[in-house]
Amino acid sequence: MHSRSVPEIRHRLLLPGLTLLLLAAAGMSVALGPVALAPARLLGALSGQGDAIAHTIVVDLRLPRMLVGVLVGAMLGLSGAVLQGYLRNPLAEPSVLGASNAAALGAVIAIYFGLAELHGAALPILAILSGLAALALLFVLAGRSESPLTMILAGIAVSTLAGAGISLALNLAPNPFAAMEIMTWLLGSIENRAIGHVWIALPCVLVGGLLLAGCGHALDALSLGEDGAKSLGVDLGGVRLRILIGVAVGVGGAVAVSGAIGFVGLIVPHLIRPFTDRSPSAILLPSMLAGAALLTLADVAVRLIPTQSELRLGVVTAFLGVPVFLVHLMREKRLW
Amino acid sequence: MVTVSLEGVEVRLGGRAVVSGLSADLAAGSLIGVVGPNGAGKSTLVRALMGLVPVSGGAIRVDGVPVGAIGSKDMARRIAYLPQGQELHWPLSVERLVALGRLPHLAPFSRMTDADSAAIEDAMRRADVAHLRHRNALELSGGERARALLARALAVGAKGLVADEPLASLDPGHQIDVMELLASEARNGALVIAVLHDLTMAARYCSRLLLIDGGMPVADGPPADVLTPRRLADTYGISAFIARDRAEPLIVPLSRIGRDIRPD
Repeated sequence: MHSRSVPEIRHRLLLPGLTLLLLAAAGMSVALGPVALAPARLLGALSGQGDAIAHTIVVDLRLPRMLVGVLVGAMLGLSGAVLQGYLRNPLAEPSVLGASNAAALGAVIAIYFGLAELHGAALPILAILSGLAALALLFVLAGRSESPLTMILAGIAVSTLAGAGISLALNLAPNPFAAMEIMTWLLGSIENRAIGHVWIALPCVLVGGLLLAGCGHALDALSLGEDGAKSLGVDLGGVRLRILIGVAVGVGGAVAVSGAIGFVGLIVPHLIRPFTDRSPSAILLPSMLAGAALLTLADVAVRLIPTQSELRLGVVTAFLGVPVFLVHLMREKRLW
Repeated sequence: MVTVSLEGVEVRLGGRAVVSGLSADLAAGSLIGVVGPNGAGKSTLVRALMGLVPVSGGAIRVDGVPVGAIGSKDMARRIAYLPQGQELHWPLSVERLVALGRLPHLAPFSRMTDADSAAIEDAMRRADVAHLRHRNALELSGGERARALLARALAVGAKGLVADEPLASLDPGHQIDVMELLASEARNGALVIAVLHDLTMAARYCSRLLLIDGGMPVADGPPADVLTPRRLADTYGISAFIARDRAEPLIVPLSRIGRDIRPD
């Protein structure tokens, strides 16, 4: 009865495997780039004894970029996993409740009105505030309903409204350069991120991550529907509040430093699920690690693929993600 | 021991009174059947009992405490609930599904203990799904899944059990198994409330039946007293063959009365 089956061994290896993958991705992110650095210079820079150029490249450019990638990827992976469980919908992702679009709108407003030029923190702060405003709107629209469909419909409304705001900004952009700047930001990138960006993203991702990671039991109970979950002692109103605030703060903070990066939150839970018992709680932590690893690897690819004008991360995650997703779905022969 | 008392319970859904004027004391150690035609308010009544819909009049007390005043986790540990239908949103294994029943006993972030595993094993054995433990619950037959969901409710280990149509999609053998199981829970001191459509099964196994129609109580008492030809005609609109030569009546519905349902 308690003999270890093959799936169980897979389950046991999942977390150590993902941790190794993430460490490898983070290592590559620090070690690889357009400027080749010998291992000795790399280690020298990391230990604070290297030459000035190596120090600038590794500590001021690559390290913050790697940390931002890990934080953003972890948040997107985790919130995708939580939302798929909460809405009981395999198509759910961080943008489904409007949080990422609204955060993007906040950032676009900062660029449009030139606030981003005035102070470096203006863009991320506006993005986070805008994400929270979207959350408030979502609450008004969804009312007291606990049905996942109502939430999705309200989320689509919020998301579309924010999208319209972004289009309006592009439409009314005073000059092509402003429009270009907005477009570039919307494509999503973690290039040229400084340690300041890490300090903006970190608290948001920590707060959001803690709120979401604690929802595992409630998400499991929701596999039995709302009545089933309530009769197992789940406070559905509390769980909803927790998840919405977690997503708004966490994803808002992530989008604030990286721009809109799609597909990670949608794909990662699907890639993880076959290695677990498929219960919503089992994919939370693995999705967080895998999201971080995937985004970091995609960012390494951005740097290594030679293109005329630099490739944007959001473009790469989409191009990498969709084929991976399709192959996975065909092998699984079902959606979830 | 769990006791439930209903005092003039009224439940309104969308402005319409779905249950009204219902009073009953439900004592531990009995298997109580809730019967009545479709739309009579049976499911709404048991949902109100579980605190899933608010009562708009009267009171429902569990162990003397109004349902609204009992914390949701506390309530979950007192009374397990098997909802109507077979809602399951993820392809969980049967073992994992049954394990959901232990959630009311778990603190946040904590994992199952040996006591939890024992309760899960016991519940799977009693509902006859232990051999299905590694199967995907979404790929089971309707009857197998109904038993797996019943095992999930049993795994809670509560002193009360409310089951909404536990016999739906079960074959006769497993219908008998499930009724025996509910009756033995009651014999062991639990309060078991089951919404049932099979009147013979209800009459054979329940110690008491609550017949409701249009949200109102019609009859309350031992099955043989409740299920009379007159009441079957008034509530279900059927004539039935009732054999009273056994300890419990056997009821075989024969035809509709007072309504022409023949197709043209």
